[in-house]
Amino acid sequence: MSFLNLIIIALRALQRNKLRAFLTMLGIIMGVGSVIAMVAIGQGSKQSIHDSLSNMGSNMITVMPASNLNGGVKISGSSFQTLTDKDIIALKQQGQYITDISPSVTAKGQAIIGPLNWPTSMQGVDPAYLDIRKLTLKDGIAFTEQDVQTSAKVCLIGQTVIDNLFPNGENPIGKVIRFGNIPFQIIGILNPKGQNAFGQDQDDILIAPYSTVQKRILATIYYQNIYASAANEQVTDQAVTEITSILRESHRLRDSEDNDFQVRTQEELINTLSSTSGLLTVLLTVIAGISLVIGGIGIMNIMYVSVTERTREIGLRMSIGARGKDILLQFLAEAVLISITGGIIGVILGIISCRLVTLILGWPTIISESSVLLSFVVCALTGIFFGYYPAQKASRLDPIEALRYE
Amino acid sequence: MSKTILEIRELKREFTMGAETVRALKGISFTVQAGEFVTIMGSSGSGKTTLLNILGCLDKPSIGDYLLDGVDVKKLSRDELAQLRNHKIGFVFQAYNLLPRTTALENVELPLLYNREVSAEERRKRAIHALEAVKLADRHDHTPSQLSGGQQQRVAIARALVNEPVMILADEATGNLDSRTSYEIMALMQELNKTQGKTIVFVTHEPDIASFSHRTILLRDGIIQKDTPNENIRSARKVLDNLPVTDDY
Repeated sequence: MSFLNLIIIALRALQRNKLRAFLTMLGIIMGVGSVIAMVAIGQGSKQSIHDSLSNMGSNMITVMPASNLNGGVKISGSSFQTLTDKDIIALKQQGQYITDISPSVTAKGQAIIGPLNWPTSMQGVDPAYLDIRKLTLKDGIAFTEQDVQTSAKVCLIGQTVIDNLFPNGENPIGKVIRFGNIPFQIIGILNPKGQNAFGQDQDDILIAPYSTVQKRILATIYYQNIYASAANEQVTDQAVTEITSILRESHRLRDSEDNDFQVRTQEELINTLSSTSGLLTVLLTVIAGISLVIGGIGIMNIMYVSVTERTREIGLRMSIGARGKDILLQFLAEAVLISITGGIIGVILGIISCRLVTLILGWPTIISESSVLLSFVVCALTGIFFGYYPAQKASRLDPIEALRYE
Repeated sequence: MSKTILEIRELKREFTMGAETVRALKGISFTVQAGEFVTIMGSSGSGKTTLLNILGCLDKPSIGDYLLDGVDVKKLSRDELAQLRNHKIGFVFQAYNLLPRTTALENVELPLLYNREVSAEERRKRAIHALEAVKLADRHDHTPSQLSGGQQQRVAIARALVNEPVMILADEATGNLDSRTSYEIMALMQELNKTQGKTIVFVTHEPDIASFSHRTILLRDGIIQKDTPNENIRSARKVLDNLPVTDDY
């Protein structure tokens, strides 16, 4: 019996009992449909959780100066001056897991415009800092590399500072404020970020080129921090190791010496991120598994009934020349056709319900090709697995007894 | 001379049921030539069904030989037997055994689906041809439930013809039919035998039906009691023509 004939035989057999075939399929349709929809909704919410966590800069790495002296009174790391331009250049040249890098210096002081003033701090950074911290501009433009080289007197302004220096709602862009004794032109407005995890107001800030803050305000050649971002959350650990070895080399530390700096990551954020996605994945896999097993049992049940009910048919087929193998393949093919057809309808239904969920409830959904492909493969396997036993039973019937079965 | 289609020598068949051995066939021999129309008769318990199963290659003899068209059945495996049935035997059953909710044409095509040498086109052509041979050319798309008993049996006969077997094996093929329809079926059998030279082995317990064949083998208690050629072969067509038509309604 050729493959084509096998398919014809199985299709004709299913055709004789369309309603039953459809009802059997229903289990698979529901199973696959819900898997597709669940996974899509899960992926969607995972993505949106991921996005909001990434917004906090989950792949951000902070380098701080530290003491490497043994004994004596321990002094706060920030009092040390170990990070310089040399480190930045080394990191930029050798770093493979780092995408963005920015030095940082902070000056505290009074921001003044006309009769109004406000105590705030000015952070001097590289333009890349905005990407590292996921800061965005509400209005205006960011400063550039050019501004860094010329130590330009320009700054970006946070919402809290605006509220205090421009209480009447005038547009701050283009206005000149004084910080200390230095006039700065405001060229951009930062989108508000609210408080951080420790209740600090992240919008109470002015951001300027680091060279400007270093030379014009602090008169120093050292950096207080270096910020970098790892290429993604997964390589954060590698990035930390890399930064450490580059900086040790740049600082000419011997093997016996401790680091004179600290490298920190947003470990808590990363852990939250991976545990959230891990939980979702496990949950969805379990749902998918259960629904497909139920669908599969439905197929097995019907195939069993069908073998008993069609005993005479099996006898007839054997008497006109079907081998045991042919009967086995026929019943397997029927089971697989049911499960695959159910799978196709289920995928379509799942995609439609995803669209509906997005349309009506406004939930984000992401239909991944892998989930479609996977549920399809699982369907076919379900058909084979649950169809095999009944099919084997059918193929082992004795044609003489089967023909006379009442 | 004509070719020997079927040769049985000292055939015995025994079944073991628990501790007891039931001897259903106790050593029978006969041959059937190509183009013969043979009936096998016997009451229940005579071994008729056992013989039929063996003739149909559904069962194998315990002792003795069975050669079908020169092939020694005893040496074949289960799968090879299936293939032999597919190529050389056309079954006609008492209960028609058509697939329900399946058109006549598809029912007739069925044996050819298990023969990989036949293409789809050829299959269709042969099925149409077989339906023409049983005078049901206009009933291709009818399902069994839309056909009368006689028509259903004719579809079954078409199915038996479609693989061009060396022998048609009918098992009480008229058992479920009224006499008029029975005669119609027998007339068809006689016609196939005469015009197409089909070899037919017909198992029945009705002497009336046996009188249409060339030769009757009478089985009793597992042995052949009588194997006689029919002196006076009746024509089913004539019997049919002579039937009063009053019972038509």
